[in-house]
Amino acid sequence: MGEPGTKEVLDLQDLQVSGGIHTGRRHILSILVENKPGVLARVAGLFARRAFNIQTLAVGPTDDPTISRITLTLDGAMHPIDQVTKQLHKLINVIKIRDLEPSDTVARELALFKIAADADARAQVMQFTDIFRGKVIDVSKRSMTVEVTGTDDKIEAFEQMIRPFGLIEMVRTGEIAVSRGRSAT
Amino acid sequence: MRAVDAIIESLKAEGVEAVFGIPGGANLPTYDALYDGGIRHVLCRHEQGAGHAAEGYAKASGRVGVALATSGPGATNLVTPIADAMLDSVPTVFLTGQVRTELIGTDGFQEADTTGITMPIVKHSIMIQDPREIPRAIHEAFHIARTGRPGPVLVDVPQDLSRADIQYEPVDGVSLPGYRPTTEGNVKQIRLAAKALANARRPVIYAGGGVVNANAAKELTDLCTSDRFPVTCTVMGLGAFPAPHDQWLGMLGMHGTRSANYAMDEADLIVAIGARFDDRITGKLSEFAPRAKFIHIDVDPAEISKNVPAHIPIVGDAKSILPKLTREYRALETDGSRLDGWWERIRGWRDKHPLGYEDSDDAEIKPQYMVEAMYEATNGDAIVTSDVGQHQMWCAQYYHFTKPRRWINSGGLGTMGFGLPSALGAQIGQPDDTVVCLAGDGSLQMTSQELATCVTEKIPVKVFIMNNGYLGMVRQWQELFWDGRYSGVDMGTSPDWVKLAEAYGAVGMRATQKGELVDQMKAALEADGPVVLDVQVSKEENCYPMIPAGQAARDMVG
Ligand SMILES: Cc1ncc(C[n+]2csc(CCOP(=O)(O)OP(=O)(O)O)c2C)c(N)n1
Ligand SMILES: [Mg+2]
Repeated sequence: MGEPGTKEVLDLQDLQVSGGIHTGRRHILSILVENKPGVLARVAGLFARRAFNIQTLAVGPTDDPTISRITLTLDGAMHPIDQVTKQLHKLINVIKIRDLEPSDTVARELALFKIAADADARAQVMQFTDIFRGKVIDVSKRSMTVEVTGTDDKIEAFEQMIRPFGLIEMVRTGEIAVSRGRSAT
Repeated sequence: MRAVDAIIESLKAEGVEAVFGIPGGANLPTYDALYDGGIRHVLCRHEQGAGHAAEGYAKASGRVGVALATSGPGATNLVTPIADAMLDSVPTVFLTGQVRTELIGTDGFQEADTTGITMPIVKHSIMIQDPREIPRAIHEAFHIARTGRPGPVLVDVPQDLSRADIQYEPVDGVSLPGYRPTTEGNVKQIRLAAKALANARRPVIYAGGGVVNANAAKELTDLCTSDRFPVTCTVMGLGAFPAPHDQWLGMLGMHGTRSANYAMDEADLIVAIGARFDDRITGKLSEFAPRAKFIHIDVDPAEISKNVPAHIPIVGDAKSILPKLTREYRALETDGSRLDGWWERIRGWRDKHPLGYEDSDDAEIKPQYMVEAMYEATNGDAIVTSDVGQHQMWCAQYYHFTKPRRWINSGGLGTMGFGLPSALGAQIGQPDDTVVCLAGDGSLQMTSQELATCVTEKIPVKVFIMNNGYLGMVRQWQELFWDGRYSGVDMGTSPDWVKLAEAYGAVGMRATQKGELVDQMKAALEADGPVVLDVQVSKEENCYPMIPAGQAARDMVG
């Protein structure tokens, strides 16, 4: 391929396309936005318009009160992620977007499970909860509520374990994430 | 001062000299400030008209167009021009009144969620929360509307806040941490592009409205003529390259020339500049330019590789990138003779398939002839606006635009009724130019009330109606693709356009004889005020050539 500054020309056959590619993996987008009314609606609207399905979404304040962080996860097998991030960048209130590399990221989610466990099942559920380093946060005659934090894999594994007891409901926050190492996400 | 007086001061600080709009309860305070505020207000007859007028003003002059509307129905009437400005990247600011803050969210009288309704069709919008924000909000709205990829910005002002007493200080500088458009273009990528061009044997330069927006027509021409690169433009790009030129292939796309579409089909390298590979250009995407590699230059990174994956993406302003590309290309001192074979092939198409039509041998006015007559009567030097339909495509084909900002039409949204209001806006933006609106008899009935605006405000636009008695473009599709079952396309009894013009206080004229048309047009152009010329053309002429929707360039018909 021709180097800059030389008169060598470029063989068109050597050119590769850039962009529009399906990565095939799950992506965690960490988006810093101005803390202003309507910003979440703008972000969500972009996904809705193109029928991009958001898997999880978490919004909260940052250390700077004028800035909020939106963390959302998407399936890169379904959608060309670069198209999403480029569209997001066009929103005036979006300050920064990181498409977090899974190997370079710590992500956590909190889930609450309300389980139909009577007195007989209670000991077993508590055992699972221990193994998953969860916490029992409420108990009634015929139910227990357990809190578990972790990656989405861990939460899904716990869900599998306790389903046979009768899962009354499950509430998940959606993942939040930071990059590993010293630099800010 | 009152917040509304600060609005007027802010507009003046942005260089605004005219605004288009209609008052109502929620923007009454703004209108009070306009009364002696020193900005020309053009009262339109429908907010859609005001919005398109702002677009016409912006497209003709390159300055930001401004439209005003009240809350609720005033704002919802602006939805079409806002969407139009979004799709054609027109720098515009829409100032809407909103109900008082305590009524917001209560379904109060004339309340509509204006920022919500318009969210997907604006470049940016803001609802004022605190009257002290107003000067900054307006300054930033103008900044966003005209920089980067231009577009519509909406500022929604609750009525009570607009009456507040605030300190006005001119704002300079913006605080938009998330908005930093790239303008310069990566030097390495530009070099790469020059090298690719130097090796291309069948290159085509494909330019769109972005070149016009960037005021880069000269820079485009320099690049194209730095060698014998064949050039084509989209319907939005016409005028960016002077049409009567050896290297000009004509417009491309659905109603483009065969030479342009075949050249794209066989190209080995396509340089897209400020163009977005819209479906009216590509036809069937999987068969579009199958042999080509793509250099894509655009100020909006989200356009690059959106429809067609680019091999050499270059993000930035065409005005800054094109001269660098030309310089890099010249420095390579390549042998132009490598393009000989390509030109031979293109000339073959040109000779075999010139753009043409069968003219009448009697007094009948063929629609294509009407455009040629317009070209002759105006010396090819008018600002021409159009509506949407067959007449628009014929105008794009037969009015050979040589300069940018002379061809004003609704390309992206395809909005019928765009022609007349955009013409009046264009005339206010460019008072010394001749402005002609080539109207469709169907389209004009969507916004003909703006004739009243033209007469009242003494805006001397000339409206030439291509009157075929049909929603012609739809009729054509029904004839070609729906077994000739004409459903809902016959206009029945249209108004008597001459009388209608006269009813508004404009001059009305009618043309029925080919031999008299040019003279009648000249007479209309010489008349003082607005003129409506009803030109009765052949009713069932079809616009050719044509790539049927969803098909490939090779499948052109007609
Ligand atoms: C607002 C709007 N409604 C409907 C259409 C669909 N449409 C496209 S072209 C056309 C016919 C336009 O008729 P006319 O203005 O007479 O132009 P002609 O094609 O006859 O030249 C119609 C109905 C449109 N583009 N815009
Ligand atoms: Mg018609």
